[in-house]
Parts: sequence; C-alpha cells; structure tokens
Amino acid sequence: MTEAKSVKMSYDVAGGDFDRAGEASANIKRMLQKIGIPADIVRRVAIGTYEAEMNVLIHAGGGTVNAEIFTDHTVINISDHGPGIPDIKLAMQEGWSTAPDYIRQMGFGAGMGLPNMMKCSDKFDIQSKIGEGTSITMEFNHISEDL
Amino acid sequence: MNLKDVQRVLKAKILVGEEFMDRPAETCCGSDLMSDVLAFTKCNTLLCTGLTNIQVIRTAGITDLCGIVIVRGKLPSPDFLNFAREAGMPVLSTGLTLFEACGLLYVAGLRGCSQEGGCSL
Repeated sequence: MTEAKSVKMSYDVAGGDFDRAGEASANIKRMLQKIGIPADIVRRVAIGTYEAEMNVLIHAGGGTVNAEIFTDHTVINISDHGPGIPDIKLAMQEGWSTAPDYIRQMGFGAGMGLPNMMKCSDKFDIQSKIGEGTSITMEFNHISEDL
Repeated sequence: MNLKDVQRVLKAKILVGEEFMDRPAETCCGSDLMSDVLAFTKCNTLLCTGLTNIQVIRTAGITDLCGIVIVRGKLPSPDFLNFAREAGMPVLSTGLTLFEACGLLYVAGLRGCSQEGGCSL
C-alpha cells in the first residue's frame, strides 16, 4: 500500500514573541494558496491555525505548529508543553478566558479562540493534561462551499 | 463601495496602499478586539479600529480583510506601516471616533458582517 503524497510544514512558536506571532499561520496560508486550495478553505485553515498559534504563544510559553496538506484535506496539529487546561468543557464556552489584561489590551483573550477553531474546522480534537500540555488537531476538507 | 469611497466618506488620509484604493469593501467591522475580527468577519471586510499593534495587520491578512481604517486620529508606528506595506494591506486614518466612522459608512451603504450578502468566504 502506498501512502498519499503530502506537503509537511513544521514551525516552533516561541512563547510571548508577539512580533512574530502568526508567522506560522501566514506561511501555511501562503502554501495552501500556492497549491491552489479554494479561497474559502484557505481562510478557514488560516483562522483556525492562527487562533491556536496565538493560544500557544499566550498561554503555554511556546509550542509547535505542524501542517500536513494532502490532495483532499489538510491536517493541522498544534501542541505545547504548557500548564494544560483544567476544564476543557468550560474552556470551549464562548467568552470564557484566562488571558491576562495585557493580552486583552492587544485585542486578544476574548474567549473566542477554541470555539472558533472548532467552527472553522471539519474535525476538531483537543487533548490536555495538567502539567503536561495541550494538543489540538484540526482537519479541513478541501471541498469548497463556493463551488 | 471601494476604498476610495471609504476615504471620501471619512475624509481619511491614506497611510499605506494608494494603489489598492479600487479594492471593494463589501462589509464593515468596527472593533478593537481582534478575537471578534477572527470570529465574525467575512473576507473583503473593512476594519475600523483604534488598535495599532502589529497583530492588527496580521489578523487582517489572515482573515482576508480589504483594508484598515485607524480611528481617533491615531498615528501608527513606522513598524506598523512597514508591516502593512509588506503585507499589501491598505491603511487609512481618520480623526473620527469609531462610532462616527462606522455610522457614516453605514449611512453611505456599507453593512455589517451579520447581514446577508457580501463575501461568502
């Protein structure tokens, strides 16, 4: 059995580095555009990835963004070794946030990140352990609603 | 409406992207909260904001916004403007408040992202 061909991309995200925040998401977006993935799909992948990238940068002190682009779908995994999420159900509620004030002053931390990641993706999975970290996997089908 | 119309309605100054003034503005979002921009905008949305950090440009690029209007007469830093130039993101500036800018654009025919129509992405 042969494995499906894919494009793999991997980025380290440094905690608190706001000048470079979003670089990984922007690079993945550019690659999807270059490959010719429909614009509505690219936008959803970019937003979901950016939300996760910002979360890692804000809450976890850094982590890794991995993207694997297949012909018919894209998989994004964001993992960190941060403090973990005590109550995932609570964290998934719109408006619930533990972001500090200085993050809110930058326009983030409104408690929309995790729900927005789920909304943007076709499959969403979150695993978290206290003291070990969090891993989020999002899958996006390349079937455009615009067609 | 395009960005040239936006400039006329708000009597705004073009800080970046003179060459992009023909770009369509299909909907408008007035917010200082990038979390809301990520969650509630459509592509080709015009963002009116008083926030002037680099992440405003990044958020606008990620969400395929058509341009940014900085309100309350704020002057963004050179780094902000350079980043916008590199990203191909038009930036306009107006002395109006966020409420006034959005109100004038609404009267001129621009609608919010919760309305039907506009970009479908």
